[in-house]
Amino acid sequence: MAKRKLRVMVAKPGLDGHDRGARVLARCFRDAGYEVIYTGCHQTPEQIAAAAIQEDVDMVGLSCLSGAHRYLFPAVKKLLVEKGADDIVVVGGGIIPDQDFQYLYDNGIKEIFTPGATLESIVKWVNENVKPRN
Amino acid sequence: MEKTDKIRAGDVREASRLIRNIEDSVPEAKSAIKHIYPFTGKAQVIGITGSPGAGKSTLVDGLIECFRKKGKTVGVLAVDPTSPFTGGAILGDRIRMQRHAEDAGVFVRSLATRGALGGLSKAVGDAIHVMDAMGKDVILVETVGSGQQEVEIINHAHTVLVVLIPGMGDEIQAIKAGIMEIADVFVINKADREGSGKLQREIMTMLDMSPIPAGGWRPPIVKIGNAFDPAEFEKGLDELASKILEHREYLINHDLLGDRIRRKRTHELNEALREAILEPVLNVLVSSGELDRMLDRLQKKEVDPYTLAEEVAKKYLTGCV
Repeated sequence: MAKRKLRVMVAKPGLDGHDRGARVLARCFRDAGYEVIYTGCHQTPEQIAAAAIQEDVDMVGLSCLSGAHRYLFPAVKKLLVEKGADDIVVVGGGIIPDQDFQYLYDNGIKEIFTPGATLESIVKWVNENVKPRN
Repeated sequence: MEKTDKIRAGDVREASRLIRNIEDSVPEAKSAIKHIYPFTGKAQVIGITGSPGAGKSTLVDGLIECFRKKGKTVGVLAVDPTSPFTGGAILGDRIRMQRHAEDAGVFVRSLATRGALGGLSKAVGDAIHVMDAMGKDVILVETVGSGQQEVEIINHAHTVLVVLIPGMGDEIQAIKAGIMEIADVFVINKADREGSGKLQREIMTMLDMSPIPAGGWRPPIVKIGNAFDPAEFEKGLDELASKILEHREYLINHDLLGDRIRRKRTHELNEALREAILEPVLNVLVSSGELDRMLDRLQKKEVDPYTLAEEVAKKYLTGCV
């Protein structure tokens, strides 16, 4: 049997069109050997959750620079859980104030990456914490 | 409910997981395919191929809309290339199709080529079966951005669309073998650009060179304008959808659909045979160390690869050689 390949999705929820970071990250995940589904900007949580299930990804990385992460990130996680996909790891990144971290953790967001996080550190975290499903 | 029953009932999560198992060559995937195989063969499979940036994904998005308006359910398999260096891939086709993400009648799944040549992924054939068994009426298979030789799609699709854009080369390109030969319908995309008339004439000249028997199918050429001009774009798409339908009717009326399906079956059986015969032999050769010894002998030029292969065939394929 061939080795399972990690499948991840990079998505930008909400009305934020600043996608440079998301694209750099998608490229970096590609170079780490993952299969990366990129869904583009201006996605609703519903679109993101549906795409994650259609693509059978192991992780969804959400990027948000607009300040709406407290609503958008938990909304994606909640929809995934409702659809029986609670095993999909959800992480977030962007302009996220420290005081919001705990709220996001409490709502199922596994890790948060903020400006200054290196690509190496992100890939290292994914390699250690996200395994392709059985 | 059994997993395969769930798939037949249209369960996206179960279906997507099976497609993943097929891609990863998980042994259970094969038994699942055996279960759903009897329920396949109903869907209309349409292939979309053409060079990178020709607009295939945007066309697929438009076609999804066309078929949904007609009340048909749609499956999409979108293939993008795997990096030969890292094994990673960016699967970006579905960006153009995300407006359909929440439509329960549409299931879009991206596949990476994982080293397969021919413009598709090895998993494509079985992934089509999965969507077919789910009850999708139409399955759109988008190849990687392909050049000249990526013609594998003809082994899977009933109708092949070759998408071209103006300004990609002179008339010599139009008479070369390969991708230009496999079109059932030509699409000139971005036809608002300069050179679309010239491209159309070149395709027509090429088609004129091979006489079509009476009642035969001459691939029509559909021009589609700028996707940012919705009215023009939709007009082109409607024409494309009707040509696809015409081609299907042609295949049915001329009893040719069976030939296409047999081509697909031949391909499938060849692949299955290769796997069933070659892989166990290779496994034995690897685990017994025989393969290494053969490679040593080859390296020392004691023997040639053909003699070695014949020796292996004689030893393991009794009754054939």
